[in-house]
Amino acid sequence: MRKPHVAEPTAVRWGVMAVALVFLILFLVVPLAAVFTEAFRKGVGVYLAALREPDALAAIRLTLLTAVITVPLNLVFGVVAAWAIAKFEFPGKQLLITLIDLPFSVSPVVAGLIYVLLFGRQGWFGPWLTAHHIKMVFAVPGIVLATMFVTCPFVARELIPLMQAQGTDDEEAARVLGASGWQIFWRVTLPNITWGLLYGVILCNARAMGEFGAVSVVSGHIRGQTNTIPLHVEILYNEYHAAAAFAVASLLALLALITLAAKTVVERKARQSLKGFVHEY
Amino acid sequence: MMSIRRSTNLIGALVLAGSLCAVASAQKGQTLLNVSYDPTRELYQDYNAAFARYWKTKTGEDITIHQSHSGSGKQARAVIDGLEADVVTLALAYDIDAIAQKGDLLPTNWQTRLPHNSAPYTSTIVFLVRHGNPKQITDWDDLVRPGVVVITPNPKTSGGARWNYLAAWGSALKHHGNDAAAAKEFVTKLYKHVPVLDTGARGATVTFVERGIGDVLIAWENEALLAVRELDQGQFEIVAPSLSIVAEPPVTLVDRVVDRRGTRAIAQAYLDYLYSEEGQEIAAKHYYRPRLQAVAAKYATQFPQIELFTLAELFGDWQQTQQVHFSDGGVFDQMYQPGQ
Amino acid sequence: MSAIRGRRHRVIPGFGLTLGVTLLYLSLIVLIPLSATFLKASTAGWSACWHTVTEPRALASYRLSFGAAFIGAAVNAIMGLVVAWVLVRYQFPGRRIIDALVDLPFALPTAVAGITLTTVLSVHGWIGRYLEPLGITAAFSPLGVVIALIFIGLPFVVRTVQPVLQALDPELEEAAASLGAGRWQTFARVIIPELWPALLTGFALAFARAIGEYGSVVFISGNMPMRTEITPLLIITKLEQYDYAGATAIGVFMLLVSFALLLVINLLQWWSGKRHA
Repeated sequence: MRKPHVAEPTAVRWGVMAVALVFLILFLVVPLAAVFTEAFRKGVGVYLAALREPDALAAIRLTLLTAVITVPLNLVFGVVAAWAIAKFEFPGKQLLITLIDLPFSVSPVVAGLIYVLLFGRQGWFGPWLTAHHIKMVFAVPGIVLATMFVTCPFVARELIPLMQAQGTDDEEAARVLGASGWQIFWRVTLPNITWGLLYGVILCNARAMGEFGAVSVVSGHIRGQTNTIPLHVEILYNEYHAAAAFAVASLLALLALITLAAKTVVERKARQSLKGFVHEY
Repeated sequence: MMSIRRSTNLIGALVLAGSLCAVASAQKGQTLLNVSYDPTRELYQDYNAAFARYWKTKTGEDITIHQSHSGSGKQARAVIDGLEADVVTLALAYDIDAIAQKGDLLPTNWQTRLPHNSAPYTSTIVFLVRHGNPKQITDWDDLVRPGVVVITPNPKTSGGARWNYLAAWGSALKHHGNDAAAAKEFVTKLYKHVPVLDTGARGATVTFVERGIGDVLIAWENEALLAVRELDQGQFEIVAPSLSIVAEPPVTLVDRVVDRRGTRAIAQAYLDYLYSEEGQEIAAKHYYRPRLQAVAAKYATQFPQIELFTLAELFGDWQQTQQVHFSDGGVFDQMYQPGQ
Repeated sequence: MSAIRGRRHRVIPGFGLTLGVTLLYLSLIVLIPLSATFLKASTAGWSACWHTVTEPRALASYRLSFGAAFIGAAVNAIMGLVVAWVLVRYQFPGRRIIDALVDLPFALPTAVAGITLTTVLSVHGWIGRYLEPLGITAAFSPLGVVIALIFIGLPFVVRTVQPVLQALDPELEEAAASLGAGRWQTFARVIIPELWPALLTGFALAFARAIGEYGSVVFISGNMPMRTEITPLLIITKLEQYDYAGATAIGVFMLLVSFALLLVINLLQWWSGKRHA
């Protein structure tokens, strides 16, 4: 337990906790409760029917496929970029970090639009793609690309501050002891960043599955073919099936809760193994 | 070793992406893609099933019809940018004009290819009020009375909202003996009573119906009838103004797409069948006003009696209308300039 | 620490490879596609672009988009620190659940978030009905925009501050305390400087994310020209008129401004990190 002289007075503790909890309840619990309340408004039957409908299943499949392609690519990118930025000094580093941040601040509407400008029928590659009967936008590849763009910073942004804070001493020591670059990464760096890495992946995945604006521009909205879960939610909502819309939306909320529960478990395991490690000394 | 693993990842992803393209372009059997706007979803769900049955009995072929729905302008843009629509069924001719002019995908005289300006069904603009009509709204003038809150979507982003705007403008014009200044004054006053401009017609309906905001919703007649009959029964009433506009949602096939995909015949049949008795019946069931006399007579009691004017009578064609009223710096924008 | 790193950095292998791959991927996924928007905007010509991005309606929308994003990010910086503090330092029942919940805004599709917030905040909603008698209109007002932006930016600050707070060496605080520092002094002089880079990062990310946000805001904003119209909606409006050049001109302008802001914040962070090292 924390020693008393480095803890706040009890009144302050309670005050801070109350402020934080009220804020979180207003901003997180209330909307979450609203999602599930709306989802079950018409009963469990409607809820399950909404999820079993063929168009909903097609949307779920497409969303999973998108995440399966984008998340690993962005994972590798994130680790590589964080390695370059955190372990080395070079001119233009802040510029590079800012460029990695950029997709965050690009409006999703514009993010979708750029792929239309590139691969649309009147875009740069449009005539070539049309001539070769390749569909990019308004088909699955466009959705994957737009999602990659939007989620590209997540893992990198999670790892960079973490790896910067950890410094390079461990890696340098390993190098002096004769480890190869790959060994250093695998044995020294990776164990230190597992938590952050996993966390970045979870965020990246959640966003990949939940992206609406950018995907909406490049999807074409063909039912059962190019609708992702968020687009399907919008369709249901526009058809006045509010309960079904929130039912499908609750899937994504559930997904978030499950992955975060998994994160908590992994985190605890990691801490235990660290304890054992310290104990040996 | 790192680089090897990474490059295999990349190659794997490219292969996967490539194979997806292949899957997307190689489909079995005849398919048709109908790209439409928001409120026609239920209509075309029914119509597609009916047409598939009809086509099967006529030719013995199976046909799958895919649907895509979103805002009318957004859909037109998607078609221009490469969404492979065999058939487009949009909210206004202006959007199909754009496909013809900016996309060069069909001839500019497309509207003359099918009967009735290529609009197999029509609708009009009416008011939806809360049960018992507490604000006593009977006609356009009542909308600008103090204290009346009006819900209508943003005409810059919604096709339906443009019909709403033009219905209000045209009614005021006729009411004041073709005085354009009076019409402008009325419409400017009207939009001062609008607290939220949703981006689409369905969004506006949700604002009015589910959020409980506003005293009156200006809406497509088919949307208003749908809300009254199928949403919360007894909560809303339709008020028919004395004057309104004939809203013509047009349909056409996209020549460049059907010729490339070899679907011209079936796309043509799909559109023609909209004018058949069964097609007209389905339209009427979904609260669109049918063109065919027999069907119109059968469903006459469903639709309120309104004196109607057309776009051509008061505004000319869509190009002019768009230019004057809805382009940047047009009449609608002027209403929101400071000092207005 | 960074002084040593500056001299000895090339001891670790993989610099060329990792930087190369980073630049390649970034170019393919982000930079080349983005350059398409610049070229598209330039087709209209410089003066037309300038006219588009400086018309009164556009200026009004920047005030709302950037202003609301700034307020939202500032609120998140403060509340995010409080939340991270509570989650790391205090034990209480339900802590893990709350911890997991913080990521909800990431997981919820933005359109669902927008619909849900509007439902909750509109006149008949769970919260809106208590605000209305107080004369506060949350939905369809600039306040609604700020609330939506606080919601979507909430996890950024919490998640950037949390790991740093966790990794903070307790000996630092103990040392400060044993030297006679009060709790508040320790917090302000020892803890905050350590957290400062993470706080700035979180603020920058929340701010950047909020500027371009569309899905969650468009439902709640009311979309009235000059008053509650956000910049992304203006882009959509331009597109609706098939004005690609105008739409991309505004898009590029937003991009440049947020890029400049992000760069400043990142430099600030780098500088403060150096100063405190």
